[in-house]
Amino acid sequence: MAFTGLFLCLFLVGHLAGNFQLFLDGYEAKLQFNQYAVFMTTNPIVKILSYAVYISILFHAIDGVLLTIQNRRARPQRYAMTKPSANTMWSSRNMGLLGTMILAFLIFHMQDFWYDYKFGEMPHMTTEDGSAVLLKSGEEVLDATVNVNYQVVSKTGEVLGPVMKDLHEEVMVAFQEWWIVLLYVVGIIAIFFHLWHGVQSAFTSLGLKTPKVEAAIKMAGYGFAILIPLAFAIIPIYVYLIF
Amino acid sequence: MNLTLKIWRQKSPEVKGKMETYPVYDVSPDMSFLEMLDVLNEDLVERGEVPIAFDHDCREGICGACSLHINGEPHGPMQRTTTCQLHMRSFKDGDTIFVEPWRAKAFPVIKDLVVDRSAFDRIIQAGGYVSVNTSGNTLDANAIPIPKEDADKAFDAATCIGCGACVASCKNASAMLFVSAKVSQLTLLPQGEVEAGERVQNMVSQMDKEGFGNCSVTGACQVECPKGISLENIARMNREFLKTNLSPGK
Repeated sequence: MAFTGLFLCLFLVGHLAGNFQLFLDGYEAKLQFNQYAVFMTTNPIVKILSYAVYISILFHAIDGVLLTIQNRRARPQRYAMTKPSANTMWSSRNMGLLGTMILAFLIFHMQDFWYDYKFGEMPHMTTEDGSAVLLKSGEEVLDATVNVNYQVVSKTGEVLGPVMKDLHEEVMVAFQEWWIVLLYVVGIIAIFFHLWHGVQSAFTSLGLKTPKVEAAIKMAGYGFAILIPLAFAIIPIYVYLIF
Repeated sequence: MNLTLKIWRQKSPEVKGKMETYPVYDVSPDMSFLEMLDVLNEDLVERGEVPIAFDHDCREGICGACSLHINGEPHGPMQRTTTCQLHMRSFKDGDTIFVEPWRAKAFPVIKDLVVDRSAFDRIIQAGGYVSVNTSGNTLDANAIPIPKEDADKAFDAATCIGCGACVASCKNASAMLFVSAKVSQLTLLPQGEVEAGERVQNMVSQMDKEGFGNCSVTGACQVECPKGISLENIARMNREFLKTNLSPGK
């Protein structure tokens, strides 16, 4: 849990760095974001990393379920009276619930953008004046059309290759819906609570939390749990309010 | 003061138990919790009923025999206190108090509030010792120089009385605090360091065999531990465990 959890924390940082581009405005920003999306879906190193992320999520979730089953079995007869708030934080006791919420949110999130980008319907990029269609490579093609398979077709009927999809537009449109923004904020709050317990306890599990560094790990853990989700949550709210 | 006790009664390991209600009257605030139970038991005996079975021994807070999950917390509401050192002044007149045995698969109920904690003994037998002969030519322990900091930490870990409150308080019924205290106590000292790798592997494997749950670092154990054993020990045990996994043969 600790290894995969900390790796997924690194992923969050990378994901967030890409998201910051959504604060930019204008055609240039849109083009840059969509070129970034092309890079993220074609670069071989990114591909390897993305598989590592998928495997980590899967392993983290399955391991979590297995450990929860073992832990429940370790106490077949429950107490008639418990006072959990006397000795633990809510987040520490509810990592399974939070993890399930996050997984549900991830499925929605992947379907919303990742699936649509790869397999679903999505607008495509043109030049700023709309006169030319943009290929995935960024090349401009005048008087071209785009067929149902998102291939650019020239005037002469020749298939020139895949079009650059407009993920930026998809994101901007999605975040105009209040309920989608709310869902994202709730999902991110679940991530906040999950990290609040998870980051620093991962260091205990790995045996790295010695008294010398304990205060620093606590500060860094809580800091990470606050700052990363906060930055993630601001983006949909910003898009909803500004654009 | 007058109290209402809700106590777990179970005739034997095989029989299903249940919570029973007992009113107790004229309880002195200066009584210890166990003395209050003694009074109730005298009452029960006089009435021809079976007294409530509970573990106790030294009644000085040092032996680790007493247990009891009182009002949702092991050893009751006072921190750093065993049940025998908990006094009735911690409660108010008219209170309802829940008294239950430790709940864990690895600690089966023997009778009423008494549970079988021999799983802890088997963990100790698996590696909670230092292999030195005690046949008359033993070296004086004080002849070996040990840094003060290490000695203090080993001593802190050694204050564990093995009562099982850590298991009782943990939502996963994990024994990590107990095992890590024993691992730390021995591993921090030069005499015990030699067998550190083998010890941690054997003790952890025995702990898993006994059916304790996994540590999810909620920290309930260190709050409820009557001796204040800290999570630092769990981090140390994890470190020792990973170390031997990464370089087996040591």
